[in-house]
Amino acid sequence: MNVKRRDFLKIAGVSAIAGIGIPSALNMLLKGEAKATAEAEHQAAPAAHGGGHEAASTAVQLGMVINVKKFGEIKGLAEKCIEACHTTHNVPEFNNPKDAVKWVWIEDFEHLFTQQNRFAEHNALPFLTLCNHCANPPCVRACPTQATFKAPNGNVIMDYHRCIGCRFCMAACPYGARSFNWRDPREKDAGGNLKFIKKLNLDYPTRMRGVVEKCNFCAERVDKNLPPACVEACGDTKALIFGNLNDSNSEIAQVLKTTFTSQRKQELGTKPSLFYII
Amino acid sequence: MIEKALAGNNRYWTWMVFLLSIMGIGAICYTQQFAYGLGYTGMSRDVSWGLYISQFTFLVGVAAGGLMVVLPYYLHNFKAFGRVTILGEFMAIAAVAMCLLFILADLGQPMRALNVILHPTPNSMLFWDMIVLNGYLFLNVLVGWVVLHSEFKGVHYPAWVKPFIYLSIPWAISIHTVTAFLYCGLPGRHFWLTAILAPRFLASAFASGPSLLLLIALIIKRVSKFDVGNEAIQKLITIIGYAAIINFFFIGLEFFVAYYSNIPGHKHTLDYLFWGIDGFDNLVPFMRLSVILQIVSVAILLIPATRNNEKTVMLGCGLLFLGLWIDKGLGLVLGGFVPNPLEYITEYYPSLGEIAITLGVWATGFFILTILYKIAVSVKLESES
Repeated sequence: MNVKRRDFLKIAGVSAIAGIGIPSALNMLLKGEAKATAEAEHQAAPAAHGGGHEAASTAVQLGMVINVKKFGEIKGLAEKCIEACHTTHNVPEFNNPKDAVKWVWIEDFEHLFTQQNRFAEHNALPFLTLCNHCANPPCVRACPTQATFKAPNGNVIMDYHRCIGCRFCMAACPYGARSFNWRDPREKDAGGNLKFIKKLNLDYPTRMRGVVEKCNFCAERVDKNLPPACVEACGDTKALIFGNLNDSNSEIAQVLKTTFTSQRKQELGTKPSLFYII
Repeated sequence: MIEKALAGNNRYWTWMVFLLSIMGIGAICYTQQFAYGLGYTGMSRDVSWGLYISQFTFLVGVAAGGLMVVLPYYLHNFKAFGRVTILGEFMAIAAVAMCLLFILADLGQPMRALNVILHPTPNSMLFWDMIVLNGYLFLNVLVGWVVLHSEFKGVHYPAWVKPFIYLSIPWAISIHTVTAFLYCGLPGRHFWLTAILAPRFLASAFASGPSLLLLIALIIKRVSKFDVGNEAIQKLITIIGYAAIINFFFIGLEFFVAYYSNIPGHKHTLDYLFWGIDGFDNLVPFMRLSVILQIVSVAILLIPATRNNEKTVMLGCGLLFLGLWIDKGLGLVLGGFVPNPLEYITEYYPSLGEIAITLGVWATGFFILTILYKIAVSVKLESES
């Protein structure tokens, strides 16, 4: 009996090692290969994410350059962008900070670039603040249901129908870009009008309470080859430049090559896709 | 065995009705929250987790604390814990039940909770937390019930349950490690971003769990004939004392790293918790009280005159439990959100309804605990007489 058990344990042990070891060895080999090809393909804009030592993870990564100087020169432009975004996406206005839902808003320099020296001239400028659509997003890593995920074009977007409202993504986001529907944004007053949504846009869904939302880089417009609403609102000012960071011929890649830009909290390794010209 | 919970004296029924009424108030408040949304609570865009998640985090520790009696008894054959082990296992059941209720109460869309299983996502720590918590609940229900039922029948527990007992030991470590991973893996939240978070959680768990266990064991001794024995009490006090000191040491390490390195992000939350920032200081009295409570209670539990007196031991356990509850059940989770990623300060005040729901979940936990302990104590007393 004892001998039999010994033999059984030996076989079991060997098969366990084989079962664990062989697939992972294969995986390592496959990954090594994949990494090599990825590196070859993505030498295009290695510095785009602030560091040339790592290859970009996706073929397309949409990004945005925010020219804060332009926003300083053209009064009211930042507000126009916010208006365009919030009406396009039916973003509710609750008028109190506790329930606030924001997709894009204005911050000052010192709250956006928390680790940097304060320079009085910077603080007078309106800094547009929105989701960074990180190449390596911590919110996507944290989400337990894949309700927030990276689209093939690099956008970090939300599936409002899958979100369970655990708000793990809000804790994970180092940029404070995510909002939660603490109450029903579709609430109506006695006359049957929406209380918190001024102008209803039927081309984009309203949300229900209890789900997280944020800037989606206008995924629904980009799919139709339209620029994001905020970019469109800027017209020909070039205050916002939108495009594929990994395409060296794109306008945005050219701007990044020739202009000094800043990214928020680059040291966290999230690879934000927003670049500020200050 | 379950019938043992249906017979009791007046005091027992009064206690159960008291718990049921708190559960009822909590349930009514929950229906309001369910109808309105989580804006019913004091949580906000900046402090997006509140009492529910902080209680959950603390109670995972209470559940894991059961390990401190299970391990010596089953692994080291420490016979003196023979009577207290079942209490540890049953406390873990009640604590995990509370954890799961707190998570449900915190979901914006509770009806979609099963999405975590329908769309399994191994890169999310919440997915793993669901697995380890439910696994731990299952292990403790299985082991606790089978071992007690064997005693009820007057036989030794069957051999097949042994592997589950051994599995439950590392599993207890895993529940609190994974719970720490929920926090310490998030970039940009400096207060949580520390490799010592999991060990600190475990140390605090091994103090808070057993201190509640000992407190309840001593209360049971007063209201029934069930005595866990002096040797078990003294050994538990030693375990609690050392765990509390290690936890305190870990807190000290956090202070050293933050203030000696002088890195602003590392200091902010500690500043906020213990001194207040720009006049925002609603947690300062609690955090300072927590430090005092921890020092006083450890002194009570280590000085021979007080550790040999049951009344002072009960006091020490109660104070320590309260101190650790403030440290982890309030400061750790709520403090982590202040200041927010843009370095604004938003303070959090739970709403009345939120507090009622929280108390309701605690009452549910004690309701489960009382039933399980009533059964365990009745069976133990019967089999021994």
